[in-house]
Amino acid sequence: MYQEIFSKYTPTKDNLIYILHDIQDNDPQHYISEEAVQAISEYLNIPSNHIYGVITFYSMYSTKPRGKNIIRLCESPHCYIKGSENILRKLKNALNVGIGETTKDKLFTLELCACLGVCGNAPVMMINDDVYGDLTEEKIDEILARLREVK
Amino acid sequence: MSLKRIDLLICCGSGCVSAGALKIKEKIQSVLKDKGLLNEINIIETGCMGPCDLGPVMIVYPEGIFYQKVTVNDVEELVEEHFIKGRPVKRLMAQDKQEQVVSTAKEIPFYQKQVKVALANCGYIDPESLDEYIAQGGYEALGTLLTEKKPADAIEIVSKSGLRGRGGGGFPTATKWKLAAGNKDSQKYIICNGDEGDPGAFMDRSLLEGDPHRVLEGMMIAAYAMGASKGFFYIRAEYPLAIKRIKGAIEQAREAGLLGKNIFGSKFEFDAEVRTGAGAFVCGEETALIHSIEGERGHPSAKPPYPSDKGLWGKPTCVNNVETFANLPTIFLKGPEWFASMGTKTSKGTKVFALTGDVKNTGLVEVPMGITLREMIFEVGGGIVGDRNFKAVQLGGPSGGCLTTEHLDVPVDYESLKEKGAMMGSGGVIVMNDSNCMVSIAKFFLEFSVEESCGKCSPCRIGLKQMLDIMERITSGKGKEEDIEELIRLGEAIKQLSLCGLGQTAPNPVLSTIKYFRNEYEAHIRDMSCSTSVCLDLMHFNIDKAKCIGCSLCAKKCPVTCISGSKEEKFTIHQLDCIKCGTCMEVCPVKAISKIPQMNDEVKACREKQRLQSEYEE
Repeated sequence: MYQEIFSKYTPTKDNLIYILHDIQDNDPQHYISEEAVQAISEYLNIPSNHIYGVITFYSMYSTKPRGKNIIRLCESPHCYIKGSENILRKLKNALNVGIGETTKDKLFTLELCACLGVCGNAPVMMINDDVYGDLTEEKIDEILARLREVK
Repeated sequence: MSLKRIDLLICCGSGCVSAGALKIKEKIQSVLKDKGLLNEINIIETGCMGPCDLGPVMIVYPEGIFYQKVTVNDVEELVEEHFIKGRPVKRLMAQDKQEQVVSTAKEIPFYQKQVKVALANCGYIDPESLDEYIAQGGYEALGTLLTEKKPADAIEIVSKSGLRGRGGGGFPTATKWKLAAGNKDSQKYIICNGDEGDPGAFMDRSLLEGDPHRVLEGMMIAAYAMGASKGFFYIRAEYPLAIKRIKGAIEQAREAGLLGKNIFGSKFEFDAEVRTGAGAFVCGEETALIHSIEGERGHPSAKPPYPSDKGLWGKPTCVNNVETFANLPTIFLKGPEWFASMGTKTSKGTKVFALTGDVKNTGLVEVPMGITLREMIFEVGGGIVGDRNFKAVQLGGPSGGCLTTEHLDVPVDYESLKEKGAMMGSGGVIVMNDSNCMVSIAKFFLEFSVEESCGKCSPCRIGLKQMLDIMERITSGKGKEEDIEELIRLGEAIKQLSLCGLGQTAPNPVLSTIKYFRNEYEAHIRDMSCSTSVCLDLMHFNIDKAKCIGCSLCAKKCPVTCISGSKEEKFTIHQLDCIKCGTCMEVCPVKAISKIPQMNDEVKACREKQRLQSEYEE
């Protein structure tokens, strides 16, 4: 599995961040496993502690398995002013998880993130690569229901 | 492409997409298909048109009619009335100040004070089409430059235009290039800084999504001037659409021979590629960004050596902001004198701002430098939303500061803002009305900086955390009299001692709010009162028994069941259990519940008891 990803990149250190993105995006559990780190270390010929250093520095990488859909609620001041706290409470209740946790059915992981740059439509969240704006508690129910239906 | 009767421009910037623009586009397509009109109407997805809060928005040419807040349910009517019968739908148009319906974008007050240079094509062309960009004069500036002028001329032109870096610092662009151009190394790099992390800023995202070729052309002009043969776009991973668009633009330019060897028949050789971040604010700092491209942790390094001497892989490198690049093609087309004719003595041209917060028109605006805050907030922004009053404006995100009513006539330029304790920053403008607590806003920005501090230098890593602890103490009713002085002392030290721009500017929100809203800090500390009822520890909800009708709705809806009572005795909130979510106030049919901007006495007594107990145990 990793070899296929590696073949897209030359074995130079500057490709580390892209390889990590690629591996994480293609992992069904959206995380970077120990085996993956080992494989990258061998491919790029850099020590695994360097790779872990990079993984833990950037907030988008995870070393823990995550759900199918990654919900990232914007926690920037603008969304806060527009009521992101209520949306967070709603998400926590609806999914029955805390921040950084994954639902039992492995469908959702709830995370907070820095500004998504869609401040004109705050509060906003991003699920996988899609941005949802002007959030209300009712909209959360709708969005989650729709995602639960997708098989 | 055949000529069609109507051009329908649908804004597909992230704001409008999040409001459902793509669904509307699909619906329009299906309705047009049903009516057999697909051949008559040209549907174009454009970049951000600006007024994000009115989204989804669209413009219909040839008339140029502007529609706002379009929903899927409006589509049938729109097609039937406007596209078939030629009667524009007034209901979906904007209104001017006199509440008259205005049909075209030009007449909308939001656009009237704006001068679009960097954003000229944004919302007007299909960002995925190279032809449309060229039709707007795209790549003409580059072509003329490569075939008729020398690199030194390019630096001279930019120097004359007075263009300064749009990323925040305001360093003269020509000087930066000159430093890199003076270096005789055979390999040099140019980097486009698209790591726009400031909360409340989305100028760069909109430019990359709305007019990627302009940014690419700007980068190539810069590359020619400084002698770079390779360019990198570093874009944050939170902007997948921007990444896709710029990758597409590079691909198209390569196919068209605009990238590669002998560009425009000259000796100039250039290629570009996209690199993405992975969620780290500090990577917007140029040395950290360079480390990130190299595959390292995004730690900043001490300057000097500057990137123009030792940058990416130790080679001379020039890092410019997205908006800086976007200004270049127009400067070269219209001449530096034209650009320098706009703005103030030290700050030339225009600046793109992301106007957000409690203003009527939020969105992306481009105004001449030197415009006053009053014009920007009250004319372009349309004033404060609702019947509230203006309180403060935060410029420059977590690195900037708050300005107040007394600064409304300050011209927006690099020097004036800095003098008053704010900064241009990358251009995020958050307008706040009088329902905002300045202490809590400053705390929020500080939280952001603490979270994003890379941890390399101790003033930033430890100092900011100390400041945050104090701020948390103040907002939770445990503030001490000397806290304000301590915040100032810490803040000044962090500003002087931090390694990079993040730490050097992070105390600004706290320092500027202390400067202009010291009374609020004092009220929080001395009176345990948050006059705006934002700090939850310093306020409580109260049910007015005279107004309460005993309907029990509040008690039913309370998520922590801390409201009890009966029809006869009315209802009461048990203050010790209340989480202050505000649900009761929202659901009360007779508005008997209100916010009291003061810590509840019962809570105060309970805290005092706990404090004494813990002291006794020690």
